[in-house]
Amino acid sequence: MDTCEQLILHLAGGLQPVKRLRSPVVRALLWLGVVGFLGTALVLAFHRVPALMERARDPKFALELVGTLATGILAVVAAFELSLPDRSLKWVLLPAPSLALWLCSSGYSCWRHLIASDPGQIDPAETTLCLAWIVGFGVPLAISLFLVLRRSHPIDPVPAAVMAGLGVASIAAFLLQFFHPYDVTFIDLGLHLAAVAIVIILARAAAYPALD
Amino acid sequence: MTVDGAEQWGRLMAAAQSGDGAAYQRLLREVLPYIRAIVRRRHAAPDRVEDIVQDVLLTIHRVRHTYDPARPFAAWLGAIAHRRSIDALRRKVRNDAYETFSPIAYETYADPAANREIAAHEDSAYLGEAIAALPPGQRQAVELLKLKELSLAEAAAESGQSVGALKVSLHRAIRALQRIIGAKETE
Repeated sequence: MDTCEQLILHLAGGLQPVKRLRSPVVRALLWLGVVGFLGTALVLAFHRVPALMERARDPKFALELVGTLATGILAVVAAFELSLPDRSLKWVLLPAPSLALWLCSSGYSCWRHLIASDPGQIDPAETTLCLAWIVGFGVPLAISLFLVLRRSHPIDPVPAAVMAGLGVASIAAFLLQFFHPYDVTFIDLGLHLAAVAIVIILARAAAYPALD
Repeated sequence: MTVDGAEQWGRLMAAAQSGDGAAYQRLLREVLPYIRAIVRRRHAAPDRVEDIVQDVLLTIHRVRHTYDPARPFAAWLGAIAHRRSIDALRRKVRNDAYETFSPIAYETYADPAANREIAAHEDSAYLGEAIAALPPGQRQAVELLKLKELSLAEAAAESGQSVGALKVSLHRAIRALQRIIGAKETE
């Protein structure tokens, strides 16, 4: 008897029923629902909604908010899709349009800020805090997302991990807007992007140990 | 593989997810040629192909809960077989980069004279020290012409020495190495 036949007999011999995974979109929405609930509680607890609503009257800032949140949601959905064996790598493109919207609207806000204000107003401590916020919120969110994603045992964990990293970093950046007292400057934007990159790199590094 | 065959595989996997061992056994036997065909696209050695096929079977078993019966089974299975095939290829490339095949590494003999080849390898460290002890011009000639195996013209271009000077340096270096190694053998 050859080894493949022995292996088949072994695998089929002790076969147990398994619970089929739910649709990736449903799983993504469940995770996002829990995070959304906790995020809402945090924002309400610190009474940050009125200040944000005031700033969101500016359509360009509103676009930035939509771009950030949509990137977070779509990247998380893409991560769940990519955690399954038969999904196309093209899923990595899902958050691309919203990411472009986020970057373009933030870039435009930076440009306006650069013209309208003098650079002396920028507080380096405040901008560094933004980086710490995104990484500080992004990492625990990534851990919780990885715990859910690892149920799929992704056969190629890297794309799923990178999308998970982008998703949680974008959600952290969205939450940051509630506590960010002014429009982003180029330094802010650079630090926000650096923080997002750090979270993605950490998620990429954790791909095999955590998801394989 | 026919469309009916692929649909049948999907039904068998759905039954396997419910714990039907007989359906699972039949499915795994039926998909073996399909998996082998995918693996053989990237791997030729029969032993390696069988190892990867077994890896694919184990992966199918581990991720069987991710199969959705509403989707084509062949695409799900094909993606797993492709992935494991690529993983094995990467492992092979990585291993080949770090490992050197040495036939004598597996051989040794009771007769000490038969181990001369192995002893010669053990002497390589000593030879390296002897080369390092040569004067700079001679050492460079040995490194370029014997170790890097450059032509005289290439070595002259790299070292800045003339072809004639390189020949002289190499000749002197070899004489010096013969003396050093000869002295060691008489010890």
